[in-house]
Amino acid sequence: MKQFKHLIKPYIVWSVILIVIPLLLIALYAFTEEGNEVLTLSFTWGNFAKFLEATYLNVILKSFKLGLITTFICLLLGYPLAFIISRFSERVQSTLILMVTIPMWINMLLRTYAWMNLLADNGIINHLLSFLGISPVTMMYTDFSVILGLICNFMPFMIIPIHTSLNKMDKSLIEAAYDLGANKVQTFVKVIWKLSIPGVVNGIMMVFLLSISTFVIPKLLGGGQYMLIGNLIESQFISVGDWNFGSAISLILAVIILIFMSLMKKMDKQDE
Amino acid sequence: MNKLIELKNLTKNFDDQQVLRGINLDIYENEFLTLLGPSGCGKTTTLRIIAGFEEPSDGQVLFNGIEISKLPPYKREVNTVFQKYALFPHLNVADNIGFGLNLKKVDKSVIAQKVERMLKMVGLEGFEKRDVTLLSGGQQQRVAIARALVNEPKVLLLDEPLGALDAKIRKQMQVELKKIQQEVGITFIYVTHDQEEALSMSDTVVVMNNGEIQQIGSPTDIYNEPENRFVAGFIGESNIIEGVMIKDYLVEFDGFQFECVDKGFEDMEEIEVVLRPEDLDIVDPEQAKITGIVRNITFKGVHYEILVETDLRTYMIHTTDYAEAGREVGLKFGPEDIHVMCKMGAY
Repeated sequence: MKQFKHLIKPYIVWSVILIVIPLLLIALYAFTEEGNEVLTLSFTWGNFAKFLEATYLNVILKSFKLGLITTFICLLLGYPLAFIISRFSERVQSTLILMVTIPMWINMLLRTYAWMNLLADNGIINHLLSFLGISPVTMMYTDFSVILGLICNFMPFMIIPIHTSLNKMDKSLIEAAYDLGANKVQTFVKVIWKLSIPGVVNGIMMVFLLSISTFVIPKLLGGGQYMLIGNLIESQFISVGDWNFGSAISLILAVIILIFMSLMKKMDKQDE
Repeated sequence: MNKLIELKNLTKNFDDQQVLRGINLDIYENEFLTLLGPSGCGKTTTLRIIAGFEEPSDGQVLFNGIEISKLPPYKREVNTVFQKYALFPHLNVADNIGFGLNLKKVDKSVIAQKVERMLKMVGLEGFEKRDVTLLSGGQQQRVAIARALVNEPKVLLLDEPLGALDAKIRKQMQVELKKIQQEVGITFIYVTHDQEEALSMSDTVVVMNNGEIQQIGSPTDIYNEPENRFVAGFIGESNIIEGVMIKDYLVEFDGFQFECVDKGFEDMEEIEVVLRPEDLDIVDPEQAKITGIVRNITFKGVHYEILVETDLRTYMIHTTDYAEAGREVGLKFGPEDIHVMCKMGAY
């Protein structure tokens, strides 16, 4: 193994240039005031204080609310699907998993544009409804359309880790539970669910993190006024031009994600 | 003894493959019964049908005279010790053992008592709070046995339970399993491909091959009176020679006639003879009918394994006497060493 040790060096250089330095720059921007020269930095907490204004706190609350709803619905729909898939033979399973992942082969933008066409006031769904004599429903630019977009895009990230943990589970454990007198429901509650928790935790983590930090889906399906934390960061950098405040929000988001991840890991360990 | 389980003309097909071809077997109370055979012979499938994990394609499983082949596993009075133990990794030793009792809503203090008693029986006192994934193979095995026995089943099913253990612990567990079976006084149905294990532990051995029962009998019967070439070849080592039964108590093979103790075959029936290597002695050529040249001698610890080549075949002999390679020797055996069996039909 020793002779391969040097192979890690390009990766170290790569991650320093593309991950560590940008992160340090973000931190530098976040803690300094606008209009600095390279040599005259003036440090401040102002960017973080600004975030405590109600407008911005509401944005983060809304992001969390949407993230939680999306994660919950993904879990509610994804677990049964992963469970059903894991009951099939190996060959059928890989086909079904392929079908779950196929949408991910298509660009997210394209998929989201497709939803716009479906959901629009004069879109396909409303056309169909009018055939049935139902008056058009406004679906675009609402929480509904954003959540729908998030669920459709991130569902595979819930299904796959859960399926993996269900699939690698020793099937004789299920037989052992039956053998010891557990019926199907008891076997699920006492054995299958318990052993799939690591997969569930991974799935929740992935979907939640993806959905609170996304900005393309809320932008397209929620419209220009729809602000989630990802959109807020984007607008600070792109349209407002306040890189310092944008960096501060990015740092806050990163810290929240870190706290969330360590909490989930702890939960995972306790259950094991 | 009372019949506890009856298997009647059991068949099982997986897709278009026939795994069991008509199994008829009576299993008695308090019996240590072993299903013995090579892999793919149907022994595990038979066990899984009794446990309820598989449904037979045809035939009946009677438990105390009642048909149970459609009953789900959790309604049967049997418990299984799985090949790879199948302990629940998310539960500690005590919770694993108490799993079945917990489901039956048994009082917590009663469960704790029973778990403690079981752990004592399998020699794991004080292991209640241990993590099962950190136990050694032998310890996991004991927990698995305790987990099954604590439910006080009428029958304990064991699917190659010692297969994953190393040789020394396996020997030790063989003795312990037999002791446990006598202690709890219930029926054990044991599946193995290890003939030594089967012979040393069982009251009854059922030799299986190709989804059919080849022979049912006590370990001594199976070893000394194999019914056909398969059983003779599978249990221990043997010289199998084709011959003819001239009449009762007289058999001919390798061009000579020998007295024997077998009867009941038709006169001049074609048969096969088993000569166990340890029943053959090396003598001077003039003292024996069959003679040959020593081709190979291997020291095996307790005995030598000697290969003697005659005009017709090579005999294997296990003896404590030494005979150097190249010497001409005679093979001596008595009438009781000759085991005559029916010639096996072509499979």
